[in-house]
Amino acid sequence: MDKLEQVKLVKERSGTDARKCMKCGKCSGRCPAYNEMDVKPHQFVSYIEKGDIDKLLNSKSLYTCLSCFACVERCPRGVAPANVIEAVRQEVIRVQGENKIQAEKVPEMIDETIPQQLLVSMFRKLNK
Amino acid sequence: MKFTYYPGCTLRTKAKQLDIYGRKSLEALGVDFEEVKEWQCCGAVYPISRDEVATKLSAVRTLNSAKVEGEGKLLTLCSACHHVLKRVNGDMKNDENIRFKANNYLALEEEYAGETDVIHYLELLRDYVGFDNIKRAVKNPINKKVGAYYGCLLLRPSKELAFDSPENPTIIEDFIKAIGGTPVIYGMRNECCGAYVSATNKEIAVKKSVKVTDDAMGHGAELLVTACPLCMYNLTENGNKKVPVYYFTELLAEALGVKE
Repeated sequence: MDKLEQVKLVKERSGTDARKCMKCGKCSGRCPAYNEMDVKPHQFVSYIEKGDIDKLLNSKSLYTCLSCFACVERCPRGVAPANVIEAVRQEVIRVQGENKIQAEKVPEMIDETIPQQLLVSMFRKLNK
Repeated sequence: MKFTYYPGCTLRTKAKQLDIYGRKSLEALGVDFEEVKEWQCCGAVYPISRDEVATKLSAVRTLNSAKVEGEGKLLTLCSACHHVLKRVNGDMKNDENIRFKANNYLALEEEYAGETDVIHYLELLRDYVGFDNIKRAVKNPINKKVGAYYGCLLLRPSKELAFDSPENPTIIEDFIKAIGGTPVIYGMRNECCGAYVSATNKEIAVKKSVKVTDDAMGHGAELLVTACPLCMYNLTENGNKKVPVYYFTELLAEALGVKE
């Protein structure tokens, strides 16, 4: 797909306006998974605005973001970094063969304690 | 007033205590409720992407059931179910594109446009029953130092959830006071436990959950309460394993004298 088109799609899906970002860094400052991220929440906002999508598509942060919405809550400009991360993750996993978890793997994860909520969440986040 | 109660998938399996004690306490408090007749899983995570429609349909079915079967008051208990149902309801109210497409899919007798109120059990206790009335109904006060664990899903994004202050919430502390306990305020009470990432990256969940449980203990909590089965799982399996975690409904049932 054309890169520009891909950037446009991700922006639309995120439903957030990255241009509003004033680069204060509160989102990354609040992020509980910051240390586990190669590309940080504020960079997702910045890179998508600049159209630098390849770094985002290949980022391991897509799978360490906890979707806790702390970044969304703290942004003083109403930007939602978590929505950009999700939109990029969708861009990855919607491609045939790019699911990050296979249905066949789920039964072996089940034990006495693991809640259905966890399995469904994981499946919805990593499989399309 | 009659509430339409939505248990959700985990409350029928791994989080039975959350459901059973929740029902018993409602009966003890004289709250009229009936379970949604043919409910489905809510989807567990809110589909954030603006072009996601199919993943929201099961939530819309439940929301519509509350409108059609009951009085439009949908009572939720699991944090994740509440989060998903409340946000999808917001979409049905405010997002014309999603409302149009979802209604096209579902072909309901009457269009659904977000008429149902999604009410969390804690909101019911606060806004409909009243913590003062709960205080009066308590038979066995919980004489313990209790840490409220809010986690993420009930509070954020606060613009949509409108549950309590996202930074300095008080609803669970007020609940703890009402059942005779002493609330312990600690910094990590609205921090993430590691969520679903624990399935694929346990290390992260351990880091997060140990931080939460250590912080709560450091502030003197003898036990923690939560409304979320996934938080319960992470805090007990991946936390410091030194502080017990209970569903808040279990403590409520104990305080009301209806726990067996």
